[in-house]
Amino acid sequence: MLRLVAHGLLILSGVGFAATTLLAGNWNALYNDNLHDPSNPSLRLLQDPAQALSVLAPDPAGNKVDWVAAVRQGQIQPRTSIDGSRIPEQHDSEIIMKNTLSLPAVRFSHDAHNLWMSCEMCHDAIFKPEIDGNNINMSKILDGEYCGLCHGAVSFPLTECNRCHNVLGEGQAPASSSGAVVGAL
Amino acid sequence: MRLRNRKLWPLLLMVLLVPLAAAWAEYADVIINEKAESEGMPPVIFPHWFHRIRFQCSVCHVDLGFKTKAGGNYITMDKISQGQYCGACHNGEIAWSPENCDLCHSGERGLETGIKGGHQTSGPGIY
Repeated sequence: MLRLVAHGLLILSGVGFAATTLLAGNWNALYNDNLHDPSNPSLRLLQDPAQALSVLAPDPAGNKVDWVAAVRQGQIQPRTSIDGSRIPEQHDSEIIMKNTLSLPAVRFSHDAHNLWMSCEMCHDAIFKPEIDGNNINMSKILDGEYCGLCHGAVSFPLTECNRCHNVLGEGQAPASSSGAVVGAL
Repeated sequence: MRLRNRKLWPLLLMVLLVPLAAAWAEYADVIINEKAESEGMPPVIFPHWFHRIRFQCSVCHVDLGFKTKAGGNYITMDKISQGQYCGACHNGEIAWSPENCDLCHSGERGLETGIKGGHQTSGPGIY
């Protein structure tokens, strides 16, 4: 009996370690990130990612922060302009992109994007504001065009298939994500 | 091969995950080194995470004119002193002034301009 409990605890600790490593709490300190020069005496004046990011809405990918949720939950209030005076646009339409072969269709939410940027960020230089007006495909996105200009570089990465491909057709299986890998552990 | 000794399972998990605990840059950190090192200064490390807590994307990428491409902006200290690019905030009023050289020029020598911490995508850091 005691051995069973001990085994259970050991396995739990392994799974716990795995989950925390993948999910959260694994931000590197600046002196240990292979970018900053550890001998720079001013490094101690800069904030470490863990201090700022560990208190925000968690996420399995990217900065390990769900940035949209962090704004919606009022954890952060990023300014709309340098002095914060710009009135943000309200445009909450959703666009469903159905030409996705075997993957679930894509739901694009203007609302989530308006939390972070003005219309000019995308329109008209990156996306023509008309339905079927943009010839988007994953190969271009992976090359850093269209959605890939931000997703995969700053916004959540392109490993998170199911966050965009989230409109399930009949009998269709969900697309994958790093969150699904953690869930499987 | 079956792993009979269950005591080894957590150890195995930990060993498999050790590479994940190795040193890495924070997602979306940008190295700016087109000119810094050739002019005698260490590269600049720009942390997106720190700035996006405080400002929406379009403040820099629309209002201040930062192109969304690492290496795509010709940033000089002259321009910064005149209030362009980083200098729109780093002026001693909104954020620290440009005299605090090593707060921005904080990178290890030899780093190449680009965006770090990305996953499979080549992203806008490649040019």
